[in-house]
Amino acid sequence: MSQVVFSAKGITKAFPGTLALQDVDFEVHAGAVNVLIGENGAGKSTLMKILAGVEQPTLGTMTMEGNSVRFDSIRDAASKGIGIVFQELNLCPNLSVTENIFLGRDITKAGIHIDRAAQTRRTAELMGRLEHDIDPSALVGDLMIGEQQIVEIAKALAEDARILIMDEPTSALSASEVEVLFKVIGELKRAGVAIIYISHRLEELIRIGDYFTVLRDGRLAATAARENVTIPWIIEKMLGSEEVVAKRPPAIQAGPPILSVDHLSLPGRGHALALDNLSVSFRPGEITAIYGLLGAGRTELFESLYGLRPNARGSVRLDGVELAGHSVNRRMKSGLLLVPEDRQRDGLVQNLSVGGNLGLASLRRFTRYFSISKAHEAPLLEQIIKQLHIKTAGADAPITSLSGGNQQKVVIGKSLLTEPRVLLLDEPSRGIDIGAKAEVFSTMRDLADQGLCIVYTTSDLKETHAVADRILVMAYGRITADLRAEEASDEALVRASTLKPETALA
Amino acid sequence: MSTASSSPAPRANSNASALLLLLKLRTFIALIVVTLFFALMAPNFVSVANAIIISKHVAINAILAIGMTYVILTGGIDLSVGSIVGLTGMVAGGLLAHGLQLPMLGIIVYPNVLEVVAIALLVGTAIGAINGLLVTKLGVAPFIATLGTLYVARGAALLLSGGSTFSNLVGKEELGNQGYPIIGSGNVLGIPVSIIILIVLALVAAYVAQRTPFGRKVYAVGGNERAAALSGVRVDRIKIAVYMISGFCAAVVGLIVSSQLVASHPASGETFELNAIAAAVLGGTSLSGGRGLIGGTIIGAFVIGVLSDGLVMMGVSEFWQMVIKGLVIIAAVVLDQLQRRLAANTRQ
Repeated sequence: MSQVVFSAKGITKAFPGTLALQDVDFEVHAGAVNVLIGENGAGKSTLMKILAGVEQPTLGTMTMEGNSVRFDSIRDAASKGIGIVFQELNLCPNLSVTENIFLGRDITKAGIHIDRAAQTRRTAELMGRLEHDIDPSALVGDLMIGEQQIVEIAKALAEDARILIMDEPTSALSASEVEVLFKVIGELKRAGVAIIYISHRLEELIRIGDYFTVLRDGRLAATAARENVTIPWIIEKMLGSEEVVAKRPPAIQAGPPILSVDHLSLPGRGHALALDNLSVSFRPGEITAIYGLLGAGRTELFESLYGLRPNARGSVRLDGVELAGHSVNRRMKSGLLLVPEDRQRDGLVQNLSVGGNLGLASLRRFTRYFSISKAHEAPLLEQIIKQLHIKTAGADAPITSLSGGNQQKVVIGKSLLTEPRVLLLDEPSRGIDIGAKAEVFSTMRDLADQGLCIVYTTSDLKETHAVADRILVMAYGRITADLRAEEASDEALVRASTLKPETALA
Repeated sequence: MSTASSSPAPRANSNASALLLLLKLRTFIALIVVTLFFALMAPNFVSVANAIIISKHVAINAILAIGMTYVILTGGIDLSVGSIVGLTGMVAGGLLAHGLQLPMLGIIVYPNVLEVVAIALLVGTAIGAINGLLVTKLGVAPFIATLGTLYVARGAALLLSGGSTFSNLVGKEELGNQGYPIIGSGNVLGIPVSIIILIVLALVAAYVAQRTPFGRKVYAVGGNERAAALSGVRVDRIKIAVYMISGFCAAVVGLIVSSQLVASHPASGETFELNAIAAAVLGGTSLSGGRGLIGGTIIGAFVIGVLSDGLVMMGVSEFWQMVIKGLVIIAAVVLDQLQRRLAANTRQ
């Protein structure tokens, strides 16, 4: 049993409207990999931000080597020995490796003159320690993603971090880069560094984890040491048992396939393929969930289908008509619609009203001669607002006055007004509360029952079961499982979501 | 939701909304204040004749500002309009004075005035199209792309005449190209033609912006380009179109200016682009795109026009005029920020 260097007790973090963490205890062991697991939104990132000084806890105490501590800022935490490697790389691509590592804490002479020689030497030392011969003067933008990850780690180590937090460090790495990272982790362990490791890849966790902490809905679900942990145990603790929403069975029989994808490939970053020779088809009246981890290729699949990825290769046919080469506009007209994941960035136009947003994709429907006919527009807008139960003061209300769930319904409503036949929804339940989720899912079922083909992505296992009739799992740009919802066990889905290409289904 | 949550303080809320209304109408109020001020201070300011003179001055800037507003609504900017004014004026003047020379055929063709007008409008619109293509297909930042065409068009205007002026553009009876001065100096029912052009363009532009699918797409592109594209809006086409509109408006101004002077000078229209941007901003158009009204822009142009003509009539020096104009623009933007902050507060 190794020594506990850091412990947090009774951590609670309140954000306006929600409790991100409730009474969570967390212990960090020196010279070990401390794994933190939980679904998206379980509170992992919030807990890590508190440890790294980015956020301050609302309640709770933290002790480090027996002394009570508090971190006012990320600089404060770093100076006390806690380093963090964020999930998204936080490097400046226009600066060199050395400049990135010493950003904000340059080694100076007399406080003004940057001692470049000393910094370069120190960088070379760090790279040596990580067994990487990355040129300290290379531009970070020129490095591979894996190398950039090493630079991030070096940045954390430059301040002699005794606790190193890694938030999904392997999500962007290739298999060989992962091996290098694990070697580095092994060395850091031997040097007595405590590592806090967050990942969704259960195989990975089982392989390198020493102590496991599972969070669920902002609460501590379980803790255990390596010898007592199995993958089924993790899944059970992570998901709990309660249902998200009551499921409604389909009212109609699914028809013959309407959307067929054949040998679809899309180049990704580096040598990897974002989509790897993927073939699948979807049927009207059926709801299909696509489950997968971040970077599995779900969004890329949708964007390729919708014509947003001009370098995608392969065939996409809607009702037998080949769509390759068609613009977004033409695909929309033939009945294919994408509801994007990030509604603030991709879904809504903030300066338009609720009605302006709803009508944006189907202006032709209520254009008479050259102008928008209010007489034709208003009843259509009223109808969709009613149909989707959008809570708004009216079609003229500013879009910003709506809650997240209602904004999401506006984005869906906009798509429906184009009278689509296939609706692709990218993470439709993201960032909306449980009640709104249930309504969105219920809307999806209504639409499927009207004969639409509905496909949605999710990173939340429970949400695959909540509405879907059929569940696909994607990993590394491939489809690794294709199951009827009633046959799909959580364990099978989780395992499929981490399958490496060598073992994936063709 | 907003009214329910803020009901405990109805008094403060109604004050805030009254202030908000005042801020929203600030350009209009400014126009009234400025007009009243000069009516009291400058002798002869209030007269039909003076109103027509001011309106004729304003028309030039306002027409440019209409095109500019469309461009700014998409989040772009068009610096080339002043040069397009110069170039299209020179094209028209050259065609009237020297005809279209076809050395290969050894003949000179003299187009009539309508044809001259059509060619000049085509040239302006084509330069706008080039701006649009540079911005969309080649991904050049609007500021840089139109800065480039600012120089190119001005250089082309100078090259057309070797730097000299085409003068006395009244045409010749035997060439059948008389009548050009009507655009700048003619009257219909006592109203100058240039003002009629402004009224027609402003009405069409306001209608197109508010009531047509094209207009709504312009606002959507300026508000959130990605969301617009995902909704099937062909963003590139919209952007090219707004630069073409701006180029067209600049060509109209080029014709009016050269017609008024009965001469075209290659330096004509210099710094006009800045006045047009000022009118749009003064009228409440947001430079980040997506927010603004044609009506606001027209009022903005009138504020600038009344201000400069009034100051001239009061005998204020040209240098002080510039200082005052600058301060007014800054004040307009400050008030705009205030309005937005207040609007955000009352919404909560």
